[in-house]
Amino acid sequence: MTAKTLIRIEQLTKRFGDFAAVDDVSLEIREGEFFALLGPSGCGKTTLLRLLAGLETPSEGRILIDDVDMARVPPNKRPVNMVFQSYAVFPHMSVRDNVAYGLKVDKVAAKERQARVIEALELVKLEDLIDRKPDQLSGGQRQRVALARALVKRPRVLLLDEPLSALDAKLREAMRFELARIQDKVGVTFVMVTHDQNEALAMACRCALMHKGVLQQVATPSDLYEYPNTRFVADFIGSINLFEGRLEVDEPGHAVVASAALGVPIYLDHGVTGASGSTVWVGIRPEKIDMAPRDGDAPPDQGGGAVGHNVVAGEIRHSAYLGSETIYEIALATGTIVKALRSNIRRYEERGFDDGDSVWLSWDARSPVVLLS
Amino acid sequence: MSGSGTTQRWQDARGPFALLFGVPALWLLLFFLVPLAIVWAYSFGRSTGLTDIAITGTLSNYARTSSAVYLGIFAKSIGFAALTTVLCLVIGFPIALVITFASERAKTLLLLAIMLPFWTNLLIRTYALMAMLRSEGYVNTSLGWLGIGPLPLLHNNFAVTLGLVYVNLPFLVLPLYSALDRLDRSLLEASLDLGAGHWRTIREIVIPLALPGILTGVLITFIPALGSYLTPDLLGGPNSQMIANVIERQFKRANDWPFGSALSFILMYLTFLCIAGQGIIARRREKASAA
Repeated sequence: MTAKTLIRIEQLTKRFGDFAAVDDVSLEIREGEFFALLGPSGCGKTTLLRLLAGLETPSEGRILIDDVDMARVPPNKRPVNMVFQSYAVFPHMSVRDNVAYGLKVDKVAAKERQARVIEALELVKLEDLIDRKPDQLSGGQRQRVALARALVKRPRVLLLDEPLSALDAKLREAMRFELARIQDKVGVTFVMVTHDQNEALAMACRCALMHKGVLQQVATPSDLYEYPNTRFVADFIGSINLFEGRLEVDEPGHAVVASAALGVPIYLDHGVTGASGSTVWVGIRPEKIDMAPRDGDAPPDQGGGAVGHNVVAGEIRHSAYLGSETIYEIALATGTIVKALRSNIRRYEERGFDDGDSVWLSWDARSPVVLLS
Repeated sequence: MSGSGTTQRWQDARGPFALLFGVPALWLLLFFLVPLAIVWAYSFGRSTGLTDIAITGTLSNYARTSSAVYLGIFAKSIGFAALTTVLCLVIGFPIALVITFASERAKTLLLLAIMLPFWTNLLIRTYALMAMLRSEGYVNTSLGWLGIGPLPLLHNNFAVTLGLVYVNLPFLVLPLYSALDRLDRSLLEASLDLGAGHWRTIREIVIPLALPGILTGVLITFIPALGSYLTPDLLGGPNSQMIANVIERQFKRANDWPFGSALSFILMYLTFLCIAGQGIIARRREKASAA
């Protein structure tokens, strides 16, 4: 992970009137990585992508690609190419002419052009449809044309605007792997915009999560999921149980958070760099909560320093069967609803839990994440 | 709410449908098709008195239309209309492009500016042009201060062309604008992204994709321009008569309704030819894009 920085975004702001679509974003994207700009719709991720392409001009700040300031470089002179969300395949040109367009503009000789067009179409497995017109192609095929058309220019950066959003579920799944394969093969830096966290987590080397124009966190997918730095990130990525509480104990080796919503203190096996007594939020992912039948009053043994902590009684209110897993909603004595997720490693009939059952919920002291904001 | 489904299909409501369809059909028949048929019949007749016309089935009126004088007038009319259309296209395309890419507010104002002359009487606009172009008009006065002129700007072919372009420009700008406005902006952005400059994008992406709109605009500019009457009548000289002026003379001063009718129908056939031509081009393009 010591690849050189390819794109350097410095304090970039883009305003439309009074509205800051991109607000003071600084970000570095490394050469050869698959980078995802993730966030809910309207968070500014597409504007950021268009700023990279040169289709929008920054209000403040700058973008450097290969250490060259892009401020005065128009979109048609930038070493980036884009796959548009609508694909923007030219409807009056054949597949061949679409892919050749950028090379013709660059005055690449006919012979080399021909070879590169075929090479690009082979890369996206579309060489058999070279003479088709766009209206004779499926959505997925049109996207491949757009991909080939951009990659044939051998850009330093390929920008992808919601590349999978218009595809049906099966094709989306296949295209995920396909994009990863193509990136692997060409070695070009990919910057993808998506609102779909699964897409970002599955495909990207690193993700930047944006909200209301502001960069929230830049991390690898697993870090973004396991170590979110704000409640927004924790809540946006996957599902999470969030408990407001007070930091009671904060030692280098452990910490305890008291939460009225949970009813029992939460024991953590690491210190929190927060002021003792301050308000914090503790997040526990549903799959990290273990569920055991409750016959008596004796809670299951948690071991370690967590005895009497990290275990709470509840009653299953509702369950949602999702095939590979089941999500349970468990009501605690405090009235709080906690979500717990269990893999269906046995068949549905043998799952052992029913709505109305009393259960113990417990979790490892390493699992919760403490959020200061 | 009967749920039978028949109430959903308004064609099945025969009474109201017949009324809705019948009234305009009757109107069209009585006030358009019947008079047209009468004029058509006249074109095969000859004047037998001051107001009497005998429908004899003669083709002599049509024979006269193909004499050199009238062929020359037709050629001249086509020439004026073609020149007008080309000039409107050259002037109108950049205008339509500007309106397309203007901000919402500016777009409304610009479209209003294009539409405004529509709401002013053609006669007034033409007289205003005359006031502007005459020897003592402000164009020549201004040129006079520069030591130029006075130039002969009125009652010649120049004035007719200028007037026709002025009158017909909105007919071209509006369909052009609507064609350009429908274009997917991301196609233009994709062209820029792929390295093309603005000119190349206009040439290779905008014009080919807007071509149906351009053809429509050309047609609905060319046809009214071809049948122009007032503009050549008021702005033209003795040498800039168009076919409509000749037709008017047959019906009035010459009192030769049969010949006027024949000329009118030749003009109409020319118009049909243009529409058919556009249809063929459009069909061919459709086929080409499907192949």
